[in-house]
Amino acid sequence: MTSLRRRLFLLLLGATGALWLCAVAWISLGSRAELEHVLDNRLREAATMVHSLVSNGNLADAPSLNLEASGGYARQLSCQIWSMDGRLVGRSSGAPSSDLAADTEGFADRTVNGETWRVYTIVDATKGVRVTVGDRIGLRDRLVRDLVAGLLAPAVLILPLLGLLIWVGVGRGLRPLAAVAGDIAGRDAEDMRPVPTDGAPAEVRPLLTALNGLFSKVEAARTREREVTAFAAHELRTPLAGLKTQAQVALAADDAPTREGALRQILVSVDRATRLVRQLLALSRLEASPAPRLDSEVDAGRVLREVIESSHRPPQVNVDLHLLPDGLKLKGDQETLHLVLRNLHENAVEHMAAGGRITWAPVTNAQGMATGLMVEDEGPGVAEAELPLITRRFYRGRHKSASGTGLGLTIAEMAAGRLGARLTFANRADRPGLRAALVWS
Amino acid sequence: MRILVVEDDPVLADGLKSGLRLSGATVDCVDCCTDARTALKAGRFDAVVLDLMLPDGSGLDVLAHLRSQGDATPVLLLTALDDTTDRVRGLDSGADDYLGKPFDLDELAARLRAITRRGAGRAEAVLKAGALTLDPASFTATVGDAPVPLSRREFAVLAALMERPGVIRSKAEIEERLYGWQEEVESNAVEVHIHNLRNKVGREAIETVRGLGYRMRVAE
Repeated sequence: MTSLRRRLFLLLLGATGALWLCAVAWISLGSRAELEHVLDNRLREAATMVHSLVSNGNLADAPSLNLEASGGYARQLSCQIWSMDGRLVGRSSGAPSSDLAADTEGFADRTVNGETWRVYTIVDATKGVRVTVGDRIGLRDRLVRDLVAGLLAPAVLILPLLGLLIWVGVGRGLRPLAAVAGDIAGRDAEDMRPVPTDGAPAEVRPLLTALNGLFSKVEAARTREREVTAFAAHELRTPLAGLKTQAQVALAADDAPTREGALRQILVSVDRATRLVRQLLALSRLEASPAPRLDSEVDAGRVLREVIESSHRPPQVNVDLHLLPDGLKLKGDQETLHLVLRNLHENAVEHMAAGGRITWAPVTNAQGMATGLMVEDEGPGVAEAELPLITRRFYRGRHKSASGTGLGLTIAEMAAGRLGARLTFANRADRPGLRAALVWS
Repeated sequence: MRILVVEDDPVLADGLKSGLRLSGATVDCVDCCTDARTALKAGRFDAVVLDLMLPDGSGLDVLAHLRSQGDATPVLLLTALDDTTDRVRGLDSGADDYLGKPFDLDELAARLRAITRRGAGRAEAVLKAGALTLDPASFTATVGDAPVPLSRREFAVLAALMERPGVIRSKAEIEERLYGWQEEVESNAVEVHIHNLRNKVGREAIETVRGLGYRMRVAE
């Protein structure tokens, strides 16, 4: 789990630490340069001083020049005085006996007996001497190291304290977030009220707004689900109630017409229940089946004729197919297209109890190409407010038919989606009736 | 007993009509909220059987409208949901009882009798006037201990009179109890039923108030 607090803590601590290290590096580099400068000056000064003490190549009266210093940095400087003929005239007590200097005048780095020296040499031909003063580079390094250690020591002490401060500070800073999280975690599953955004920090507010958006979407979906459940319960239980009531009437009736009427109603009810079961199965099959391949084409006219032949049609309803061109090809598979067309056709037939004409026609685009199929009925049509609802599961509008299940258009729409097509519904402009159009874009 | 059934499923509505008629009620059916409101405004019903989910709205709206008009007609809700919140909402909106679909026809009839009885302010299930006892549940009438055979319509006329002994019931009122909307009312039917009833339960039991109607004679 990534913790925001841990993340911020590590980031802040890392940044602070890095900054500190940079500062140390900078200081150590800077002080090394400064130190070199100061120590080099000291070397030159010492060399000049020793040179001024030497007279005419002899230093007999000063055989052991002692330039000792005290403390941790003892014997920093070593001095050698050579005569021009290569004789070591004199040297300080800590100085090596071998030649520290090159013949050149000025500063040089030399390695003698495995130690690196920084030396300054003055060559004086008139006095006949060569004066060399040097110090060990190792000593200089130690000086810088001690300086840096002096800087780092408090840092090591302060860093844990700083870490603690950052940890507590970040925790306090994140408290509004924790409060919001606690508020949401403490809700029960039914509570979909929006989280109040005023008073929340600016950084948390977009999160809360998004969360509230999600809440309202979930709530809407749940309301729809509840509606579907309610509709389903109503649509499934009402026929059962009808069946039971009619059966009880048939049992209790003592006259033949009443009994016969009840038995007939039972048949009607069983037919409707059968249809409902068929539609429910079609729907669940459609939901469970994998998406079909969309590269095949089917002869729409042939499928439509099959649909019309196989479905029940009262004699007062006519079907008009004369607008349909021969060999109209539509994308998709035969089974799914059959399902769409059957449900559209049955829907049209169901709402034409008074009789009339069902017209099937191609939908054409601007270029005159057929892009789909549409069907127009002469039923009562659908109230404009109900149009967006008619493909909802179990939704049966005001003009519901006796045998409708409220699932036909749901199935048609879902199957149309499987075909890569869109199903649109509109009331006819020329007369009462519904137009359903199945269009491939 | 005159009952309004508000149910949009034609099979169930037909079953309720036949079934409740078998238990001695006169039934009218409507299939949407609008018609239900019109029917309730126009006629007097002893009870209403109300489906919750109707094509043009919820039965609860009809119920709320009815109660807002100050109409206390007993209402029994038919609900397809097991959800208790739905039932609670129904009862809180002023329903007197509810039944979940599918239901038992006899239970529905019994509950309707119960809510109409409560609606009329009676505690007893049987109607009594003098020596005459009427049991709407078993559909029987007795004078003393002797059972009296009655036709469905005769029973309905007698029940209408015995529900409120001593109160005058007009001929139109009795006709309304006897016939649904689609039924042809025979002009002298009520007189014929009263005549037959007097022969069966005793001539003095039913009093004719000239020009106004009929009433059960109250024992002195």
